[in-house]
Amino acid sequence: MTIQFNDETFREDYSFKNSPWAIKRFPFPFDKDDYMYSVNMEPHRGGREGSVFQNRFDVDEHYVSEMRDRALVLDNDPLRCQSLPHMTLAGWDLLELIMVAKSEDYPDLFELHRDGNRWRWVNKPMGIDDTFTFLDEATLPYGPMEYITRQAQGDWAVLDQRDDNLWMDAGMITTQADWSLDFDIGMNFFEWHAPVPLAHEKGIFVRALKFLLNIQQGAPARRLNWTMTVNPLLDTSPENYHKWGIQKTTLTPENIGAKQHLRVELQTFYRLPRSNAMVFPIRCYLCAFQDLMTVPKWGRRLHRVIRDLPEELATYKGFIDNRPMMIDYLSQFDDGLPTSPGIWPDLDTEPQLQK
Amino acid sequence: MSKFEFPPSIKSRPVWGTLEPRPGKHHLMIAEAEGAEAILEIATPDLMAKTHLIFIAKGTDYGPKLEALNPMQFRETPTYGSAVQRIERVLSDAAMGLQLYLTGTEGMMGQVMQAAVTAGIPHTAIQTEHRGSVARRMQCVHCKGITEDVEMDPFQCSHCGLNLFVRDHYSRRIAAYQGVCIDAEDPGNVPAPKGIYE
Repeated sequence: MTIQFNDETFREDYSFKNSPWAIKRFPFPFDKDDYMYSVNMEPHRGGREGSVFQNRFDVDEHYVSEMRDRALVLDNDPLRCQSLPHMTLAGWDLLELIMVAKSEDYPDLFELHRDGNRWRWVNKPMGIDDTFTFLDEATLPYGPMEYITRQAQGDWAVLDQRDDNLWMDAGMITTQADWSLDFDIGMNFFEWHAPVPLAHEKGIFVRALKFLLNIQQGAPARRLNWTMTVNPLLDTSPENYHKWGIQKTTLTPENIGAKQHLRVELQTFYRLPRSNAMVFPIRCYLCAFQDLMTVPKWGRRLHRVIRDLPEELATYKGFIDNRPMMIDYLSQFDDGLPTSPGIWPDLDTEPQLQK
Repeated sequence: MSKFEFPPSIKSRPVWGTLEPRPGKHHLMIAEAEGAEAILEIATPDLMAKTHLIFIAKGTDYGPKLEALNPMQFRETPTYGSAVQRIERVLSDAAMGLQLYLTGTEGMMGQVMQAAVTAGIPHTAIQTEHRGSVARRMQCVHCKGITEDVEMDPFQCSHCGLNLFVRDHYSRRIAAYQGVCIDAEDPGNVPAPKGIYE
């Protein structure tokens, strides 16, 4: 399959948009008509053909533009990419994992040629053709983690495992849902999740950590998480919140369909072979409400989920003030019919909107 | 009197203990202001004879009382800033088995803990006890500047001037709590500041 890469922006004029292909494969995160936290982990071993789950690291039409946006963020704030000194080996593990996966899953876009430690990496969409020595940092223009994650969509948290815990000791974080790597680096699993409401009391993090500590090489896992973003802004960082926060107040009943985006994270978890570290890719997908509403099942369901969400979660996810306007808009797309189980659009079997 | 019961909080927030004398040949005590009272409570002639005591006075007058304990080494400094080089030097010279006692504000204890961990002092050899001011050391998440001794919430960043609210989210590496712009979504709408625990 050949991907047509968009030329688009995630800031200022916000020319980002999803093609009909991208809308249909959007990872809608709600498998039923209500939502509460759960560990909701499953093996990351492929998925439906054409879905975002099919390949290890999904590449889509936003790839080239997302990488351009990442470079802009890093120019402005190099602290978005950090690695504590003991994490360099994990960075090489990650570079290998991504290069092998991309070249195997997208052979028309990426090539990896290995001759012992002499590696040649070809990234056609970004016009990169580099030869370097594996495990020799001096042969790359950046550290190994930074080098490869400047070429891979989504955020990348690299976690050291020790004392029966996971430690956020390295990362490339430029498309985050309002958390700061610079502040959280060095924290353990419970500390960096400390601000999340309700989930600690429900024992979610204790169970999730137990699951993650046992992930084996070659057996990655995945889950979906979600929030809301006004405008297709990838860089919703706390660092820049004083600049983008105001955009939340620009919603009107007229523009909400185009401006309000459901923001979904496909989170995956891989064990790294040499360092025994974990890598936690957090891939962000954005979809405008009006595009989601082209799928009747998603229209019905999103209305019910947002309407019934506990107040603490709407507050934590930062859309409590806009929720009434969202519900007004979404209610137009809910005719009260039942919805089929699961996240898939089911366009051929679900009825059209009956109003 | 100088002890404060912190309300329950989130999991990144540090929890402070109560000092007790421990066995060992080498002891380093760092007390800030009212922290002097915690030292006076645990001091014995035998313990103090093996103790290097650094007192950060911050305008208080506990100095003579502490010196009268006859510590093996005693140093009084006016502020943390004037003590930090000495503290780092002592930590880097620390003998195996050094016991570290910290008492005073959260900002001082957090910074020395960070320095101690960097110097390779094991976590288990460090005791803490909060005394005195409940002010916080705050990092502005926007400009990264640190404002010391923040007592009110919200407060104005001493570097970039933004109005920040005081979060409980705490970084041991930075030894600071996080401050985040309070009026980003409604510029100028800043509630009247009140004490952090009021």
